[in-house]
Amino acid sequence: MFSMREIYLDHAATTKLKKEVLNTMLPFLTEQYGNPSTIYTLGREAKKAIDKSREQVAKALNAKPNEIFFTGSGTESDNWAIKGIAYANKEKGKHIITSNIEHHAIIHTCKFLQKEGFDITYVPVDNEGIINLEELKMAIRPDTILISVMLANNEIGTIQPIKEISKIAKEHRIYLHTDAVQAVGSIPVDVEDLGVDLLSLSGHKIYGPKGVGVLYIKSGTKISPFIHGGGQERGKRAGTENVANIVGIGKAIELATKDIPEYSAHLQQLRDMAIEGILKQIPHTRLNGHPEKRLPGNVNISFEYIEGESILLMLDSKGISASSGSACTSGSLDPSHVLLAIGLPHEIAHGSLRLTFGEENTKEDVKYLLETLPPIIEGLRKMSPLYNQS
Amino acid sequence: MEGYSNKVMDHFMNPRNVGEIENADGVGIVGNPVCGDIMKMYLKIEDNVIKDAKFKTFGCGAAVATSSMATELIIGKTLEEALDITNSTVAEALDGLPPVKMHCSNLAQQAVKAAIEDYKKRNGKK
Repeated sequence: MFSMREIYLDHAATTKLKKEVLNTMLPFLTEQYGNPSTIYTLGREAKKAIDKSREQVAKALNAKPNEIFFTGSGTESDNWAIKGIAYANKEKGKHIITSNIEHHAIIHTCKFLQKEGFDITYVPVDNEGIINLEELKMAIRPDTILISVMLANNEIGTIQPIKEISKIAKEHRIYLHTDAVQAVGSIPVDVEDLGVDLLSLSGHKIYGPKGVGVLYIKSGTKISPFIHGGGQERGKRAGTENVANIVGIGKAIELATKDIPEYSAHLQQLRDMAIEGILKQIPHTRLNGHPEKRLPGNVNISFEYIEGESILLMLDSKGISASSGSACTSGSLDPSHVLLAIGLPHEIAHGSLRLTFGEENTKEDVKYLLETLPPIIEGLRKMSPLYNQS
Repeated sequence: MEGYSNKVMDHFMNPRNVGEIENADGVGIVGNPVCGDIMKMYLKIEDNVIKDAKFKTFGCGAAVATSSMATELIIGKTLEEALDITNSTVAEALDGLPPVKMHCSNLAQQAVKAAIEDYKKRNGKK
């Protein structure tokens, strides 16, 4: 195989583990193997490392260490938040409000609870992906126990007005959860400022390890334990701690939140260059999501007359890794529920391309993308029976 | 995601017989944009034999590759032989398809069938 340029533009899917993060993890995969629940030095050292990570995460989110709980993934954090609040508060009510563009970790958990007798309202979003606050208010009932709305969307990058939602939730004494998996590291995330009771995040989206997440649970929140067993995570999430991963997520979030303005400006420069270039060079194209209230590294564009997987395969053959909301890439017959929720017709949703930038990307990468993409789109359109060349 | 065979990738990257046939003797169009797959098949038919076939496809890698392979399989065949080609013939000729993509081979076979039916209809043979 000849050498080829390789450009990774799928940071919303996962990120590359930082060397610095790996180095903090390695001792706990080798010599420092103690079980944190034990009393001798080896165990105490491991416990100390977990405590340190908890402090790092707490500091990054402006929370207290005892409000930070380690989980196995962002998905687990979402599951715990929704099911944990539902089970612990079902005497008060069985109604939950969420949006119709949440990650599957939320939507599928809500669908599961529906089968268990809970009632879920999925509040719609406008055509830029912002939740309709009036409909959210109208959805509130005396038996509403939880509102869960993501901070930033994983596909179109739209940032939700969580602070305003928090005011509404507080007024009605309803718990508020936010899935901040895509937001942490890219925009400031302060649990006090946002006014949330629960917040999910994931390690591998912030240059940390896979297989570890965090659920922030505000002190005094009534929530059921998620995994029953020993006393780990204060009896709420049992199982011997994944010490290396926990150490890794602590270091990762410390690094990721060190200088958000600088990182965000870097991403935004690449994002805007890509959006502008693509929309200018390629006709029959539209930007999905909000033009300003969007994650600094997120590009989501639909190309009419063609299908997303074909674009991805062609880009891959030129060394570019990207993502799409087409049905063929989701393994189902329907395209992305997010793209349908913002009102795209099926055929336009099938032709979407998501590019998400990260730390190592450069302007050169965007230039290469802008040279590579137009002929690919043109080639696929020539093959399409929907495209009328004139 | 489960990967494509080299043959599928070859037919996707270098599709055979892409395009349209002017004054085609039979044209078939199957699928719909809602599902993300549309195939349009053009046939040139002489003395009951498919002399030429061209296609245009809106769809994923498998949809393009199966269209391309289907045209290769039917050119030079009689209409009866072409109708005997099943979706698994197309898939096997491509060294297999991931399970979720099998419907694409179905579509290719249906496009051929639709184009032949169109030809028969035009010639009052139905």
